[in-house]
Amino acid sequence: MSEFTVLLCVPLLGAVILAWLGGTARAAAINVLFSAVTLLAAAALTLRVVATGPHIVFGELFFVDAFNVFLVALTAFVAFTTSLYSGPYMRVEIDRGKVGPNAMRLYHSMYQLFVFTMLVALTSNNLGILWVALEAATLATVLLVSLYRTPASLEAAWKYFILCGVGIAQALFGTILLYLAAARVVGEGSTALLWTHLDAVKDQLEPSIVGIGFVFLLVGYGTKVGLAPLHNWLPDAHAEGPTPVSAVLSGLLLNVALYAVVRFKVLVDGALGTPLAGNLMMAFGLLSVVMAAFLLSRQKDAKRLFAYSSVEHMGIITFAFGMGGALANFAGLLHMTVHSLTKSAIFFAVGHAAQKAGSQAIGDIRGLVHRSPVVAWGLMVGTLAILGMPPFGVFAAEFLLLSAAMREHPWAAGVLLLSLGVAFAAVFFKVQGMVFGEPSLQPLEHRPAVFPVLVHLVLVLMLGLYIPPYLAAWYREAARMIG
Amino acid sequence: MSLAGQIVNLIAALLLLVSFAMLSQRRVRDLVDLFMIQGALLAAATLVTAVATGQSHLYYSAALTVALKVIVLPLILRRVLRRLALETDVELLINIPTTMLVGIALVVVAFNMAVPISQLAGTITRGALGIALACVLLAFLMMITRRKALAQVVGFLSMENGLFFAATSVTYGMPMVVELGIALDVLVGTFVFGVFFFRIRETFDSLDTSHFEKLKDR
Repeated sequence: MSEFTVLLCVPLLGAVILAWLGGTARAAAINVLFSAVTLLAAAALTLRVVATGPHIVFGELFFVDAFNVFLVALTAFVAFTTSLYSGPYMRVEIDRGKVGPNAMRLYHSMYQLFVFTMLVALTSNNLGILWVALEAATLATVLLVSLYRTPASLEAAWKYFILCGVGIAQALFGTILLYLAAARVVGEGSTALLWTHLDAVKDQLEPSIVGIGFVFLLVGYGTKVGLAPLHNWLPDAHAEGPTPVSAVLSGLLLNVALYAVVRFKVLVDGALGTPLAGNLMMAFGLLSVVMAAFLLSRQKDAKRLFAYSSVEHMGIITFAFGMGGALANFAGLLHMTVHSLTKSAIFFAVGHAAQKAGSQAIGDIRGLVHRSPVVAWGLMVGTLAILGMPPFGVFAAEFLLLSAAMREHPWAAGVLLLSLGVAFAAVFFKVQGMVFGEPSLQPLEHRPAVFPVLVHLVLVLMLGLYIPPYLAAWYREAARMIG
Repeated sequence: MSLAGQIVNLIAALLLLVSFAMLSQRRVRDLVDLFMIQGALLAAATLVTAVATGQSHLYYSAALTVALKVIVLPLILRRVLRRLALETDVELLINIPTTMLVGIALVVVAFNMAVPISQLAGTITRGALGIALACVLLAFLMMITRRKALAQVVGFLSMENGLFFAATSVTYGMPMVVELGIALDVLVGTFVFGVFFFRIRETFDSLDTSHFEKLKDR
């Protein structure tokens, strides 16, 4: 099918062309163009899958169903808006001499390559290729995190590289074990790693091997999701890289890694017939929420603050998928969507604010509202949204999850509520000082990109007030699929 | 047990020995040599399995291992060493005996972990899974205890070797397309590491990761 070919080929082609033209003045526009075509392909693919159901392409190597097509659309969308944002943002960084043309070439090329690897990971039917794509996503972003070559950014990138490398090595062992279990049922060869085939025979897989395998997979991919206590790389990588990279790492890569975990959970649930996988995910999720909530109040760097907020939200979503059932899965999927949109909008606003202040420290960013009201209100509204205030989409997702948790695990609902309260207290007052307070900021050399911030926040608001029926039907379909 | 199985077990024992040698090696340059030997042993084990079982894709797999882990990766690593003039770099590690003791404990853990899995595998080489897991854990230990960035990278690559061996011993290797993908990732990863070394060196004037202690939650 042609949309799918376009979807994968465009970012790859973009990576090649931008490796060549990425340092020129037009590079930002070319980057936007490629992202826009990817988005169009994703939209066409989504329409096709909604109309005619799941698709299997390229000799079963790739497949698209209700669950991953929604993440493909989200990934293409956020990648597009981030490319819009990245132009003005990176121009300021170039003017200030923080990056040169060669670094910009690397930046643009790796940006497209990163989008490509995420799309491959999302659509791959072969669980081995899924691993390869996720590892490639790490490799594509590691040089982006250290783009500024400051000591702190090098340290962050090294940590990211080593920790995620070790994590993903464990996931590889988990994949090997799953292959061992599958080969006993469907025979050796490529088919034994195809998700669609495994899904059909999941109740015949040897439970003991699959169970051990899932522990490795959860720890491995969980490192990439940023689940506590494996989250150490996440705040550093988010804080030290360029802001557009923080936005896509937080908004997209974490989702893709969690997607991998959920795909495996479906198989493991089928093989074991016990809630082992779900319980493990709930435990990791809850631990992440609690740890992040309490670490939030200690942050002095604006981007680190929101990186910890990502740990918290990924914890909530992991908890939701761990609990399972129609309502919790629905909440998890909705939360994935609104978290991506809100968190990237916040990073966009924080990035501009930090450029104005010349520092990422929360104490140095003051009185944003007096200097650029749109960015300031974007940050304020985004923060309220991410903290779960009504009427935004995050509130709707958290409300659904809490009502599901209240019924099945009342004690966990209490812990979640408490953590959300702690997180609110920690983040709200910090952001209030950044937005209001005495102004201390410089005007920017270029107009900030406020359009992506506004689009994201309007969408999050819309999802909080009204979920269109076709979208709700789509979430329900995906929620049913992942059990 | 068949002859091939015995040969593979012998090679596996040698692999374990190399892993311990890596753990105790102070010179980064010798570490690269050991990594090359490990790659060669891995290729030999894969080849023996291929001959014994007639699994044709294992031949490719062995060839790929030789090309990547015996030739290309050591070449890149040596080049980085030469360009950065690290050949005389000696690491000050006072706790090698302790590390070795921890390593022995890890081997016991690995063997215990392998028992339930290898019982279910139908391969002639399944007995080697314990050693493969031990290699993974020892490489992991090396990454934790070393301070030189290059030693950590060799640890990382050697961990991948262990995983590769695990895959060969329980399932006769992953499907070819996956193995190619993994090989590509390892190769690109090593290049990225190489670029990274130069960046670290430019900024810190050394490749000691003990400089990396700035980013903490104060």
